[in-house]
Amino acid sequence: MANPATTEVVRPGSPRVRTTSRRSSSATRRRRTKALVYLAPALLIYTGFVIYPALNTIQLSFLDWDGVQAPTVVGLDNYAQIFQNPELYRSVLNALVLIVFFTVIPVAVGLVMTALLMGKVRRGMTFFRTVFFLPQVLPLVAVGITWRWLYAETGILNQFLSAIGLGSITRAWLGDYDLALYALGFIGTWVMSGLCMMLFLAGAQKIDPALYEAAKLDGAGPLRQHLSVTLPGVRPEITIASVITTIAALASFDLVFVTTDGGPANQTNVPALLVYRLAFTRGEVGTASALAIALTVLVVVFVTLIRRITREAS
Amino acid sequence: MRTAPTGLVLRYGLLTLLALLILLPFVSLVLAALHESGATVAGLALPERLHWENFALAWQQGGYNNLMRSSFIVALSAVPINAVCAILAGFSLAVLHPWAGKHLSVFFVLGLTLPVELIVIALYFNLRNVGLTNNYLGVIGGVVALLLPFGVYWMQSHFASMPPSLVEAGRIDGAGDLTLLRRVLLPLSGPALTTLAVLVFMWTWNQFLLVIVLMQDPAMRTAPAGLGLFVGQYTTNIPLLAAATIITVAPIVIMYLIFQRNFISGISQGAIKE
Repeated sequence: MANPATTEVVRPGSPRVRTTSRRSSSATRRRRTKALVYLAPALLIYTGFVIYPALNTIQLSFLDWDGVQAPTVVGLDNYAQIFQNPELYRSVLNALVLIVFFTVIPVAVGLVMTALLMGKVRRGMTFFRTVFFLPQVLPLVAVGITWRWLYAETGILNQFLSAIGLGSITRAWLGDYDLALYALGFIGTWVMSGLCMMLFLAGAQKIDPALYEAAKLDGAGPLRQHLSVTLPGVRPEITIASVITTIAALASFDLVFVTTDGGPANQTNVPALLVYRLAFTRGEVGTASALAIALTVLVVVFVTLIRRITREAS
Repeated sequence: MRTAPTGLVLRYGLLTLLALLILLPFVSLVLAALHESGATVAGLALPERLHWENFALAWQQGGYNNLMRSSFIVALSAVPINAVCAILAGFSLAVLHPWAGKHLSVFFVLGLTLPVELIVIALYFNLRNVGLTNNYLGVIGGVVALLLPFGVYWMQSHFASMPPSLVEAGRIDGAGDLTLLRRVLLPLSGPALTTLAVLVFMWTWNQFLLVIVLMQDPAMRTAPAGLGLFVGQYTTNIPLLAAATIITVAPIVIMYLIFQRNFISGISQGAIKE
């Protein structure tokens, strides 16, 4: 007979299970070892194609290497570069600005929309949900090309501005020295807002209606109810939306590659784009690796921070 | 809930406005694609004549025969490989209690936060050393591995959410591990597997950085990677570029419309369970 101690069904206090597991502890051990066989394919592929290259990148980050000739060890020089070379540290700052557009604004929009819409609209929601999730399934390369066209001199944005009498401020938005980064960021806002809104609305649906009744009895108005019932209620969704969108902002590559390619004059350069350019067109593999590590550290720091902040808010 | 009709109208008005903001870019794109190739297009303008031939032109000039073939080879290989690995690993972690199971779970989940940029440089040189750049195997291995943290995690939480009595009953009937998985658990896992498959298909289809790095040969690139380069060559030919963009997204949009339930539940639950 199979040993129940090796399955999910172990329940504390069940005498049968306890005696069985003691009697056949060697069988249990064999089973737990055999379980590793099932893990092997996933572990091998994941380790070979993700973990091993990740560790290799750390090694590469200490080298001066063009990808062809023999490398020389330069210690932490490549990391020092990130702080000294304006091209590198400005790219990191640009990525931080993108967080405002990819995360802060979409989360805010999502929360406002949740307050306005929750519980009140049922009919036709399938249609709206399908539309609001659409930007999530499209390749960002295609999104980028679409927005290049919207932002172009003859594009729909300028057409609209001219139509409402703002013809004087029309321009090629992605080529504008001061505004290109914001124009790029706004594409992120467009991609992420629907996701945040749908996540929050789904979360808000799970809130116990009695909480609103109680708040109402305490004399709370709609705004107060939103702040003290809805907001805490969707906290897990806020956390996860912030994590997903922040990673997308910091590591964004596809959008920048097809819209501005870092220009004009490096105004929209981001770490991911530099990692690619340094490693594969400029032959500075070491610097590229150090920047990739720095980017990863930045992502981990932000994810940890977001989790901590939202946990403490409870 | 009781709401005044005017309130309801305002709410639907707001929803419609937002939906328009999402859809308008695509309307603009489709209209642009129907203008004459090479013509200057102005924002939202109806073409004098519908130039459907742009799609054929973009297909041919962009080399979409090759691009689409590569895209389907990569995506249709990545989906089953990822699924099999994720099913076995998720089953093991959720049901079989392997040695160091908790640590191994964490080890996989770790991968959910790692950006592609961290691995792409070293992966390129590693694969180059063994002759797997410009090779479908390299790209497939890369995307499968990148999506395994999600896959394993998805299947593990799926198996863990199934009633323990199922496993118990299977065990009493004398089912071994593999029989338990194949005869008892998998037949009840259809929706979870469909969701995993469509998400992996989508993320593989959309993968860009990994493909442009590992595939230097333009003929072997996937559709989005090809489109990313097409942009450089046809910067000013908006109608052709728009047509190429529509061709590139068409398969994923069609899948989304068919499997929207799976997409939406996968994206939101996958996020929330984390």
